[in-house]
Amino acid sequence: MRENGQNSEYWAANLRLVGVCLVIWAVVSFGFGIILRPMLSGIEYGGTDLGFWFAQQGSILVFLVLIFFYAWRMNAIDRQYGVEE
Amino acid sequence: MDQYTLNLLVVGATFALYIGIAIWARAGSTSEFYAAGRGVHPITNGMATAADWMSAASFISMAGLIAFTGYDNSSFLMGWTGGYVLLALLLAPYLRKFGKFTVPEFIGDRFYSQTARLVAVVCLIVASVTYVIGQMTGVGVAFSRFLEVDNSTGLFIGAGVVFCYAVLGGMKGITYTQVAQYIVLIIAYTIPAVFISLQLTGNAIPALGLFSEHTASGQPLLQKLDAVVTDLGFREYTSHNGDTLNMVLFTFSLMIGTAGLPHVIIRFFTVPRVADARWSAGWALVFIALLYLTAPAVGAMARLNLIDTVYPNGPQAESIAYDERPDWMRNWEVTGLLKFEDKNGDGRIQWYNDGSEAYAATATARGWNGSELTVNRDILVLANPEIANLPGWVIALVAAGGLAAALSTAAGLLLAISSAISHDLLKGALTPNISEQGELMAARIAMAVAIGVATYLGLNPPGFAAQTVALAFGLAASSIFPALMLGIFSKRTNNVGAVCGMLAGLGFTLVYVFLHRGWFFIPGTNSFTDAAPMLGITSLAIGSVGAMINFAVAILVSRVTAEPPEEIQELVESVRVPRGAGTASAH
Repeated sequence: MRENGQNSEYWAANLRLVGVCLVIWAVVSFGFGIILRPMLSGIEYGGTDLGFWFAQQGSILVFLVLIFFYAWRMNAIDRQYGVEE
Repeated sequence: MDQYTLNLLVVGATFALYIGIAIWARAGSTSEFYAAGRGVHPITNGMATAADWMSAASFISMAGLIAFTGYDNSSFLMGWTGGYVLLALLLAPYLRKFGKFTVPEFIGDRFYSQTARLVAVVCLIVASVTYVIGQMTGVGVAFSRFLEVDNSTGLFIGAGVVFCYAVLGGMKGITYTQVAQYIVLIIAYTIPAVFISLQLTGNAIPALGLFSEHTASGQPLLQKLDAVVTDLGFREYTSHNGDTLNMVLFTFSLMIGTAGLPHVIIRFFTVPRVADARWSAGWALVFIALLYLTAPAVGAMARLNLIDTVYPNGPQAESIAYDERPDWMRNWEVTGLLKFEDKNGDGRIQWYNDGSEAYAATATARGWNGSELTVNRDILVLANPEIANLPGWVIALVAAGGLAAALSTAAGLLLAISSAISHDLLKGALTPNISEQGELMAARIAMAVAIGVATYLGLNPPGFAAQTVALAFGLAASSIFPALMLGIFSKRTNNVGAVCGMLAGLGFTLVYVFLHRGWFFIPGTNSFTDAAPMLGITSLAIGSVGAMINFAVAILVSRVTAEPPEEIQELVESVRVPRGAGTASAH
């Protein structure tokens, strides 16, 4: 626990990043995949609507992007605050 | 060469490979036994995690679950993958930094409480044991269908192989066999799917084939499927027929349950650094997605193929005569998983939704007297290569793939159980002075005993086995996940709060499940059913509410009781920062 002030800034940066990622996580799955599906019903895709695609494939693809984006950003933030291993 | 010999050769070869790995990857220390010496590359660990996570349920059952229900069962697809986002963002890197060996150990240390650790051990054992029963019965079924031995012989062979690599190699042996098992299962899953997709849509990638044109009719595949299922009185495949609230809560329950399952979490203890734990969760999802993006395609295409088999000239025309049914139907009739009963005595197979009131008039007009075909949803994936007329070696590969999926998950669960016993109960509570070599021996014995118990339960599955898999997720969601998350993200959560929260979440979920499925799953003792649930929420989806209760109770109780001591707050600070993980691991 070197400089405590800097650690809390580091933690705040992490929480912001986690927050943004989790909002996207919820919007594509619970949102586009389930609750907001009626809103997307006008957008046709592959014989059905975009909501069906999000529920069966789209959300999984977004999850993948989210994890790699988080890992990449977070590893950069580690270095920025000098707390990497 | 006949099919039986082929099956024997392919399955035998994969088993020889697993045993070879077991001999090569023996564990020499507790660190190797519990965490593979923390030297596993993140991509290797991702692949092992994928095999660890994808069980007989993912490999065999999931496509069938989607095929027979359609859109409404998308919960499984989103829930079982979305959990990895939570794992990567909220748990895995911090637990890796903590640098110990088991999940209860983190809960015990962070909440400075033996009680909390023991509650976590109980949750872990209940969740993992119920889960392992399903894997062992899966092994028995796969053996009896493909190798023509009886269930129990199959189970003994499977248990023997797991015994070799899990007892000798611990996490180290399990890691490298899981990598091999992943490769076997993904090839076995993909090859039949590619051929079926080519036959139906001309697209070699099943995930894209699902949204392409059905070659025979010129319509989009999903439109074609919607049309034929509604022609037979079934609900439209792509439409949302269930209840939105339950779908959301069930998906959420699967997500946090996945993130809270100890056998998945401990896989992330094996990578060298915190940054690797983050990457590794991403790689795990890459390898899982290869199967999960294919599964909905397999489900939709298998449903269409099945209807096509029964109604070769379309559902409006006459169905197939029983005597002209294809060979694969005959093969599966022998197992009892596919049944035909000629209710109207016309010698033809009618398969339709006889539960639909709207369709009843049409059925009567066509001279039908009830649906005559019963298809167990688990056979879809296993029968796929036969339905698509693929060569014998593909069938043999699917057999080996199903076994790989069941065995890899069983081994991961058994490790979580045995390390909770040797490390948390013996080393942590009963015999704290045990030596390193003594603990390693205890871990091996615990593993051997766990395999014995799992085999026994696989041979004599309790009547409630099928029901309890849902319970395993509910338990992990309502007890373990909130405790871990608060332990990392809330410094203020103390020992009393965490224990009260876990007991409240666990107690609420258990009671709610028992109220709907019978007390201790004894039939007839339930007061409600999932068709008309107490709070309008089914017992499958209740884990999410249990988790919310856990969070709320833990936060409130912590607020009115004493702050955690200084050194615990420092522990939380250090868990949040990657630097120093190397020293922490050499404990």
